[in-house]
Amino acid sequence: MCITCGCGTDSVSIESKIPQHGHDHSHGHDHSHGHDHSHGHGPLDAAHAPGTSSERILQIEQDLLAKNNGYALTNRNLFAKRGIFALNFVSSPGSGKTTLLVETIKRWQHRTPLAVVEGDQQTSNDADRIRATGAPAVQINTGKGCHLDAHMIGHAIEHLQEGQALKDDSLLLIENVGNLVCPAAFDLGEAHKVAILSVTEGEDKPLKYPDMFRAADLLLISKTDLLPYLDFDVEATIRYARQVRPDIQVIQVSTKSGAGFAEWLDWLQTGSKQAQAAKA
Amino acid sequence: MHELTLAESMMEIVESAAAQARVTKVTRVRLSIGALAHVESDALLYCCEIVSRGGVAAGACFEVERPPGRAQCKVCEQEFVLNHLALGCPHCAAHNLLVLDGEQMKVVEIGVA
Repeated sequence: MCITCGCGTDSVSIESKIPQHGHDHSHGHDHSHGHDHSHGHGPLDAAHAPGTSSERILQIEQDLLAKNNGYALTNRNLFAKRGIFALNFVSSPGSGKTTLLVETIKRWQHRTPLAVVEGDQQTSNDADRIRATGAPAVQINTGKGCHLDAHMIGHAIEHLQEGQALKDDSLLLIENVGNLVCPAAFDLGEAHKVAILSVTEGEDKPLKYPDMFRAADLLLISKTDLLPYLDFDVEATIRYARQVRPDIQVIQVSTKSGAGFAEWLDWLQTGSKQAQAAKA
Repeated sequence: MHELTLAESMMEIVESAAAQARVTKVTRVRLSIGALAHVESDALLYCCEIVSRGGVAAGACFEVERPPGRAQCKVCEQEFVLNHLALGCPHCAAHNLLVLDGEQMKVVEIGVA
């Protein structure tokens, strides 16, 4: 049982390899489900038989995301209080998120402290790659889960704090599960979602997955060193992204050539300074 | 499949409402998922059935209504129905839109016996 919020044990696990002064545990919310059913559809999308005539109606009007948004607010308040600039990196699998983070950490050169939270269904490979740079990293394994949620991030923050690895005025880089669908709906308390789209993908992904690109404040177009070998139309991608999010900022980067990194690091530094200045 | 997570949230909301009302049987759950919300209603219904098994809402009728989205064009200032995020203003074709409605995901009401 988790001490802080009483959540039970199940398939989500968090592993930090940071010396902990408190407890170590795994937790989350999972149930095992069988499925064997059939359902029909009436004029409304509906499942199962209509209710009985003796039923009473109770008005509820409650948001399905209210609980997640409550945890996200707690995280956001903590970041604000401590001047932490937190980013939520989202993309399809294979866009180069982890490599981008590794190269960003190397080039950031301790301008501020930083920490990383890695989200994957399985393995701690990504956190191991981050730790090889010397930066503290917490790995969240979501098991069957397809996205990080604010509750998991709250626990990852606890792990970082217990290891004194979450510093005031730092960067917190959260790498979400590679998935262009589900993570769009879940606020983690971050300052910005940063969408990464590599040039080996289709340029119309912003139109195919509009929820994600609409939720992002910054689009990083990655692997631009490969452009000479591809027919990828960068301008079309930017146009499509602005179709779903007119004010999205765009930076083109290559971890191989270093192109665009000056602009990307400037963007990070500006955000970090703003977070520090706004510290209560 | 974030619909499973949303269905679990639905279940928590319904269980807590049922406990508060001191009822042991929920016969109907009505959800409102705006047309612009990030959800497939078939997948959500499927997940609702699964997570409700063995609980207070086992066998309940789950209904999803999908109210249309509404937006205002920031260029020509007209208001219109918008049911897809990548579509532009039907009057001036601009994409600079302010979404006014259609992103909600909520439990509206439950029927109890």
